Amino acid sequence: MKRLALIGMPNTGKSTFFNRATGASARVGNWPGITVDLLGAKLPLAGEMVELVDLPGIYDLHGFSDDEQVVRHFLEKNPVDLVVIILNATQIERQLSLALQIKQLCLPAVLLLNMADEAKKFGISVDAPKMSDALGMPVALLSAKYGNGYQDAHRIIAQSVQNSTPVPPEKLQVLLAADDQIESDMEAVLKNTVQVPVQLSDKLTTRLDSFMLHPWLGLPLFFLIMYLLFQAIFLLGKPLQDGVAWLLEAFRQGALEPVLAGLPAALHGLLIEGIYNGVGTVATFVPVIVLFFLFMALVEDSGYLSRAAFLMDALMAKLGLDGRSFVMMLLGFGCNVPALMGTRVMRSRSLRLLTMLVIPFSLCSARLQVFVFITAAIFSPKAAPLVLFSLYLFSFTAAFATAILFKNRFRNNEPFILELPPYRFPTLRQMVLRGWHEVRHFLGRASKFIIAGVVLVWMLTHFPQGAAAGGINTWAGMIGHFMQPLLAPIGIDQQLAIALIFGFVAKEIVVGSLAVIYGLEGSALTGMMAHQLDWVQAYSFMLFTLIYTPCLSTIATIRSESKSVAFTVVAVAFPLALAWLLSFAFYQAARALGY
Amino acid sequence: MANVNLETLKPGEAATIAAVHTDRALLHRLAALGFRVGKRVEVIRLGRFSGPLHVRIGATDIMLRRKEAKKIEVQPLAR
Repeated sequence: MKRLALIGMPNTGKSTFFNRATGASARVGNWPGITVDLLGAKLPLAGEMVELVDLPGIYDLHGFSDDEQVVRHFLEKNPVDLVVIILNATQIERQLSLALQIKQLCLPAVLLLNMADEAKKFGISVDAPKMSDALGMPVALLSAKYGNGYQDAHRIIAQSVQNSTPVPPEKLQVLLAADDQIESDMEAVLKNTVQVPVQLSDKLTTRLDSFMLHPWLGLPLFFLIMYLLFQAIFLLGKPLQDGVAWLLEAFRQGALEPVLAGLPAALHGLLIEGIYNGVGTVATFVPVIVLFFLFMALVEDSGYLSRAAFLMDALMAKLGLDGRSFVMMLLGFGCNVPALMGTRVMRSRSLRLLTMLVIPFSLCSARLQVFVFITAAIFSPKAAPLVLFSLYLFSFTAAFATAILFKNRFRNNEPFILELPPYRFPTLRQMVLRGWHEVRHFLGRASKFIIAGVVLVWMLTHFPQGAAAGGINTWAGMIGHFMQPLLAPIGIDQQLAIALIFGFVAKEIVVGSLAVIYGLEGSALTGMMAHQLDWVQAYSFMLFTLIYTPCLSTIATIRSESKSVAFTVVAVAFPLALAWLLSFAFYQAARALGY
Repeated sequence: MANVNLETLKPGEAATIAAVHTDRALLHRLAALGFRVGKRVEVIRLGRFSGPLHVRIGATDIMLRRKEAKKIEVQPLAR
């Protein structure tokens, strides 16, 4: 089998390229002549299987750091058919030496210039064909991070490997003999004569860490930062959300209604009240999601997220989770969907599944909207903040209790080792790219599911024909009636039951659906609810709303991220059961106490 | 001084890595982060409530759990 070796300077995206090229097939292995393990993978290339080995990142083939010696000794002992050199295009004038050193050894090689996109931004342009002529080896531009230029890279590698003959290792040993001599001489001289001072790390990062990771201040600071972040997201997001809602409404009234006016009433209702309004409601949340991802990209790339993981890891370990799980739960307080997607950073499947099981208990912004509405209608202004606070406590408690309950089923031994990178500010471009990438995925995945969901709910609340929309004579009303034996013990009446069905699709619809169900709006609606419900019923309804399925998007995301229907069923059924039990316990206890 | 495991060090103490007793996959990850025999490692701080260790190798800061730290054998350096 032909062997390809990947050589490049540190931080050139060499590993990103390796992972992308080999997928999940990489294996750790040991090789003749060296003491450390290297990653290698077998992959098909131009119709045959080849082996790709990821050598440590080095600055100089003739240098004498541990990694540089590893690379040299590897080449001396293992025949290589093609060296794939990866250099950073933005630092090409500093890094090109490595390619020339490889050429000097007469090793067959191709040169990939990574981070071509970034180089372009700095105004650096590379004439690949000319450089190829000058170096006598094929050259391709590449962006491993965004996947641009892969086809070119793949093509030149495939072509070169077909025509290449390996240099016998013995010949390399001769060529590198001078380095080996220096290596042993150096060791002999250094051994007794030189003491190397400890390398100092970045002073600013060390100073910041002494606050951020402070034994007592660390956690409060962390919560403060998270609180401010959510405030910022919703402060900025709310006007945008209202703007999108206004645009959608204007489009409906100005264009859609007149165009569709000729259609039969049922089809017209389905298209506009069902699909357009339903999808529109979800679409209004896109700005918040975009902002959410922008801020998350900021926090993540700043290096702070790994500090948060450090702070919370002790507690999370006891729950069978780790520091990253906690970070994802916090992200869930904005929106569960991106938080679920964020679990991709975890390698252990068990750990990932357990984290995905607890994330939906995070009281997301959509649920907050329902709770704010109901507490304002039912509770006194004095009691309302306390009621809200208690719901946040329930949110954490439900998540932690679920983790404890399931941690043995999703047992993991994932070692938790994380680099704490120096603090840095990401570029705006980096943030925007990340945000856009995630939003596109979210829309692509969630849209089909949401359309199906809203169509179903619309039909349930509008059929059989002649029944008042959303009323108790519709199918939804009948289901509400049918579910009374189940829902009466937790104090939920038929009207609220219909709202819960709506809430299954998206919590954003709950408040609107209450308006449809009661046929009232504004203060008349809150007055009516205050009249119909007492506080025990209302709180029981909120508890149920908090714990049960957050929304269809969340289920769709759990399904696509876990790739398991069985797990998705558990992730839906367990919170439903827990929601009922909690509401039941609360409602019956409160009634028994005479409330 | 006798070899101990990394977990027994206190903040501010430094040691030389003597051996890493883990499976291959973890060994490779540790090596990639700089945990190599002969390297100097310094404990910067410990997480509260048996939380993770914050260590520094060269210019790289790394956190790892005590469980993993126990698998790393080090020779303490005199301060």
